[in-house]
Formats: sequence, structure tokens, C-alpha cells
Amino acid sequence: MTTPLLQVRGLKIGATVYPPGEKPHDIEIVHGVDFDLEAGKVLGLIGESGAGKSTIGLATMSYGRGGVELTGGTVKVNGRDVISASARDIRRLRGAEVTYVSQSAAASFNPAKRIMEQVIEAAVFQGKFSKSDAEQRARDLFAKLGLPDPNNIGNRYPHQVSGGQLQRCMTALALCPEPDLVVFDEPTTALDVTTQIDVLKAIKDAIRDTGVAALYITHDLAVVAQVSDHIMVLRMGEMVEYGTTDQIINAPKEEYTQALVSVRSITHEEKQPTEPVLRVENITARYKGTNFDVLHNVNVDLSPGQTLAVVGESGSGKSTLARVITGLLPPRDGTITFAGRTLTPDQPSRSLEDLRELQMIYQMADTAMNPRQTVGTIIGRPLEFYFGLKGAEKQNRIQELLDEIELGSGFQDRYPAELSGGQKQRVCIARALAAKPKLIICDEVTSALDPLVADGILKLLLNLQKIEDVAYLFITHDLATVRAIADSIAVMYQGRVQRYGTKSEVLTPPFDDYTDLLLSSVPEMKLGWLEDVIANRKMESAGN
Amino acid sequence: MLKNIPLSAAIGLIITGTYFLAAIFAGVIAPYGMAEAVGDVWEPSSAEHWLGTDQIGRDLLTRMIYGGQTTIFIATAATILSFTTGAVLGFIAAVSGGWIDQLMSRLVDLFMSIPSLILALVILSSIEATVLTLIVIMGLLDSTRVYRLARAVAVDISVMDYVEAARLRGEKLAWIIFREILPNALSPLVAEMGLRFIFMVLFISTLSFLGIGVQPPLADWGGIVKENKEGINFGIGAALYPAVAIATLAISVNLIADWILNRTTSLKGGRG
Repeated sequence: MTTPLLQVRGLKIGATVYPPGEKPHDIEIVHGVDFDLEAGKVLGLIGESGAGKSTIGLATMSYGRGGVELTGGTVKVNGRDVISASARDIRRLRGAEVTYVSQSAAASFNPAKRIMEQVIEAAVFQGKFSKSDAEQRARDLFAKLGLPDPNNIGNRYPHQVSGGQLQRCMTALALCPEPDLVVFDEPTTALDVTTQIDVLKAIKDAIRDTGVAALYITHDLAVVAQVSDHIMVLRMGEMVEYGTTDQIINAPKEEYTQALVSVRSITHEEKQPTEPVLRVENITARYKGTNFDVLHNVNVDLSPGQTLAVVGESGSGKSTLARVITGLLPPRDGTITFAGRTLTPDQPSRSLEDLRELQMIYQMADTAMNPRQTVGTIIGRPLEFYFGLKGAEKQNRIQELLDEIELGSGFQDRYPAELSGGQKQRVCIARALAAKPKLIICDEVTSALDPLVADGILKLLLNLQKIEDVAYLFITHDLATVRAIADSIAVMYQGRVQRYGTKSEVLTPPFDDYTDLLLSSVPEMKLGWLEDVIANRKMESAGN
Repeated sequence: MLKNIPLSAAIGLIITGTYFLAAIFAGVIAPYGMAEAVGDVWEPSSAEHWLGTDQIGRDLLTRMIYGGQTTIFIATAATILSFTTGAVLGFIAAVSGGWIDQLMSRLVDLFMSIPSLILALVILSSIEATVLTLIVIMGLLDSTRVYRLARAVAVDISVMDYVEAARLRGEKLAWIIFREILPNALSPLVAEMGLRFIFMVLFISTLSFLGIGVQPPLADWGGIVKENKEGINFGIGAALYPAVAIATLAISVNLIADWILNRTTSLKGGRG
């Protein structure tokens, strides 16, 4: 039997943690993982954050990020163990035999150097190619990855190409030294759905054409199903299930895998529009110091106790709409009517009543809570501020709210750093609810969370809507979320409302070209989906 | 939290602590009166006079202890003044933005463009140098530096979502500054405070050495150097003792400041 390209046996990885208020101690984050990867094959590593998938990916380059140590087992690349290798051998391995594509290309490229210089750097440094050969190879790769003007794009600086293009440049960078193995670490997660699909296709074709083996790390099962031959499901540093892509998608054996496959199974009965609580009329807005409008003549209504989903890719103006409604960005034109009152354009001049009834939940729960305040203070402040609650009365109400968001007692005295991602977002929901609002603006509230956790948050939000009769303006780029919770939908594109109506109206054909592109770009857990979609599209995505 | 103190910080704490205790209990531990002539001119060290005597026969150890009291008291008071003024104004500028920020920042730039020693010399030549005026002048001149730092730190914090959430809730300026921003800006400010304290010690010593700071017969370290500098010509080391005291205090406070900065800026955990 031939030795596989990559052979991992009993890989154990440890790290030192510094929990607040406790002594630093060592923990094990990967508990003995085994797998093989043949040359030219793609293995998908999938799991939630903290599952150890990136850590395992980096371990194949004998690298531990930020105090992470490889504590046991072997990782053999081309038959040689890289964990016990000398620093000199590791240097020869990285950038030559194994290369890496990171999640954020924008943060990984040096903004002061031209793309070409960075793409060929490793290949030339490792002595694999001469400078001119490497440049020729890079141009071929640019063409293969479908980048526009492949002969000259290398002369640009990273900020002169779009996010999707930069991610493809990074793939070219990884493939340039002719490695045997490429580690893709969430390469499409930071991209819009419509861009993701093109990058995914480019990566898939490049892997096939160059015959390289790849580890594809992601939390999105639908994405990995499109590119990989085998899938390994990880959870808390242990392997849950390993199988062919077909088997994992269509016949998962383990309960956890089944949960991942069937995620977003929430159903929500659409309600009919009534007299609106929020009416946005002819809103046009631009940012100070710029000379173009980011919102053009936007009109939407939201009925009490219902959910309006605002969808669109980044730059479509959906978050700007939220800023206009909250008064952080006064519009140039148009009016906003809320609960029968016309809102003043700028936030400082609004009445306390207006401020209280219109609350907001942010995408990053981490930065939405003051790290030096306890959960009790965070939730208690609106109670004190709007209702003047004090002492035992306030404590009781805080406890009620904590019960509502399904966190038990004992959370009051914790600091945000002591909560998990999902718990943090729940506390932010409780803070918004504490004000007894009529409307909550939810700005991408689930997009930073793992799928199963996000599901929990969505269920909670729907439940709270029934109890408190609060309306949601739900800003998202994730159409699966929209299907799960919306009563009506506004599709935004380049600052305009492209399509607006009840959920069933918006999601029923015939579609306009943009809505079609958006809807068809949402990855489905189906083999061969990617090829079908690319073949049947009416419109190119904006990332090209 | 006092476990696991690194050796350098422990040394810093011990030396700084000794200086501060000596300053506070100067009246109790000083062997002689502050301005009392008890021996000959520039006596060498002996059992009665551990560090010898100064240029008019006063006990040098006593002068050093009282001098430390004056120097440390003025430096501490001026640091506190400069921090309260600088930090509060810096936070207000960062949170308000717009023309308030512009006006205050340009005014501060104007003051910072004049070397503070020269400015202090000019002001002190027109008004009488008492302990109070020295503290006010030094504190206000130095607050421009603190203003810059506080503003820079607060600008970063004031764009965080939690500050926006507080604004959307309708909170007033005072809550945003003292409850949302201050707790998160504290660690760089505290570390900076250690450094600024040392600059204050050097500043007051410089002024006294030039003869416009603390006035005799009150003792302070810069003054003792000035009074005894002639002795160096005759091989008398009296002027070196205050120099050593200033240097050791500076180093030990820095060791503590480094430790605080390391401990509280750790991103793990988030609260120090």
C-alpha cells in the first residue's frame, strides 16, 4: 500500500488558557485525531467554532497559533513527520509543500505591496521557480481562477481589487509554488453569497486542474459539500463522523451530523400586513462628505408584531437604512413614522418615549456590551433609565428577563468575557427587551454565530415576538434566515428596494434578475448544486 | 492578585513604597530638624550623620527625607491634577467630536508647541513660586500630554457598539464618559500616570535646581543638588545622593507601570 500524502495519527493539541479570575492552566483542545489524505483529493473539515478545525489545519504545517502547542501524535507529509522536524525542515515545508489560504484575504495581504510580488514570494524564496517563471505561472493561475485581465491584475495593489477577487489572488498565491497540499481556512466565509459562489467555483476548478490535495475548513456544510471528496465532522476537538461527501450529506450516522444537516428547519407562518407600526417613506440618504446617495427613495412598511427582513449583499444599503431609522444618520429626504408619530431625523432630538420603543441588537455581541460591566448592569441600566426601577424591583425584573432569554440565575454577576457567543447575543436581546420596545432592529444578529447556536437565537426571537408582540426589522444577507422568520421581505440592491412584499410574494417567481441571482446563490446541501447554478444564472454577480 | 508578581515589579514596589513611606513619616523618622545646623560644613558620613552634612552643616539624611517629602508631594499632586484635567477634557473632546473637539485640540497643540520648561520659566518669573502655584502650573502644563493620550484612547472606544447603544438609549455625556469609556480607558491611563509622575519629579527638580522651584529653607531633591554642587569640586559627594534618589525612584515607578500595563492589556479575560 502506498503512503498517503498526508497521514495524521493521534494528533493532540494543547493550549494554555487564562480564564478571568482563575489561574492560567493547560487544556487539551484536540484529543487525538486520525485521518489520511490521498494526493489530489479534498477533505472537508467541518465543525462549530472551537471544534479545533483550524488548529488541525495549521498543524499540518507544524504551526500552532498564539500559544497553541502540538503535544502528541504524528503528522506525516509525504512520509516525513512534521511535528518533530527541525526548524530548518519546517521552513522548507511551509510555502513549498504545504500552503495556506486564510479567511480574510484583506487582512492577509500587505497593503503596501503589489499583488504579484506577494503571490510569487514563496515560490521564489523556496527556489521552486525563477522570478520570471513564477510570474508566468501566477498569470496562468489568475486566468484559471477567472480573474479579469490576468496579465495585468498582478500589478495592482490589494485595495484595488474586490474582496472576492482578492480571495482568488490568495488562492493563486497558495498554488503558485506547486504545493502538494493546500489548507483552505474558511476561504469564502467573509464573502457575499453571490460572490462566494464564483470563488467557490474557481477554487474547485483550480484544485481539479492542478491536481493538488486540499484540506477545506468551514462551518458551512452546504459549501463543503460542493468541493470535497470526503468530509470529517469535528466537535470539541474530537472526530464525530468521517465519510464520503455523499454519505455525510444524504445518510449521516451520528446525531450531531444529522442536526448539522437539518439546521434551519424552523417554520414560521406568515402573517398578513396590518396598520404599520413603522412606515419608511421616500428615504434618500448619503454620508457626510460624500457626493452620492447610498439610499434612493426607500419605501417600506412594518406591521406590529411582525418581521420585515431586509436582505442584500454588503454595500446594498441595508445597514444604512437601520442608521437612518435610529436617527444616527439623518436622511436628506423622506419621513419615518413610528407608532403614529413622525420621528425627528436626528437621534439627539428624539423623545425618551421614541428612544425606548425603538431598540437595536448588533451583529457583534462582543463589542455591543461594555466588557467592564456585569450582565446585571447591562440589562439593569435600561430598566433604571427608562422606568426608574431600583433595588429588589429591578433585580426581579432582571431575573425575569434572564429567564425569558433562557439563561438561568447566576448570570447577573458575570462579565461578557465569561459568556459564550450565543449567551452574549441573548444578553443583548434581553437588554433590548428591557426597554419594552415596539420595534427591535436586528442587524445581522446571527451571522457571527455557529449554525446550531444561530438556530437557537432565531427560535428565541420568534418566541419572544409571540409573547411581547414586538416587531423586528431584520437585516441579513442570509436567505435561509429570511425564510425561517420573515413575514415580509425587502430585497435591496445598490441602495434601492429591488423587490418588496410579503414573504410568499417575494419568494414566488417570476423573479427579477437580481433576486434570482441572490436566491440561487444560497448554497444547498446537494451534490452538484454548484455546477447547476453556474450554468443557469441570468446575471453575473457584482464581485466580478 | 498579589501572587505571581514578577521580580522586577516586586523590586519596583519595594523601592517606591520605601520612598513614599519615608515621605509620609518624614517628621517621625528624620533624626534632626529640617533646617537645623547640627555640624560642620560638609562633614563625611559618620555614626551621627549617616550621609554627612551639607554646605552649611545641616544633616544630609534629614534634608534628603524632607526633600523627598516635598518632591514626592508636589509631583503627586501635580500628576493628579494633570490627569483629572487632561483625561476629562480628552474624553469630552472624543465623545463630542465636531467643533468642540477641534477647538480644544488646536488649543492644546498651541500649548504643546511651546517647550513646557520655557513656559514654566516665563510664568514663574512673573508670579511667586509657592508649593501651590508650582503644583497648578506643572499640573496644567502637563495635562496637555494627558489630554492627547486620553482623547486618542477614547476615540477608539467611542466608536464601539456599546457606546453607540448607550447613545441610542439616550444617555447623557456624563454616563458615557464615566461609565462606558473611563473603565475601558483606565489601563493605558494608569500606566501613563506612572511615567508622568516621573516626569513631574524631574520637572520640579529641574525648576528647583534652576532656583525658581521650591524656595529655601524648604528642602527638595533638586534644591539639594543645587546647594551642594560646589562640593563636587572638593570631592564631596553630597550632590550625588539626591541624583541617585531621583534615578532609583524613576526606575522603580517605571517597573511598576510596565507591570500594570502588561497585566491589564492582556486581551484574555478582558478585565484587570
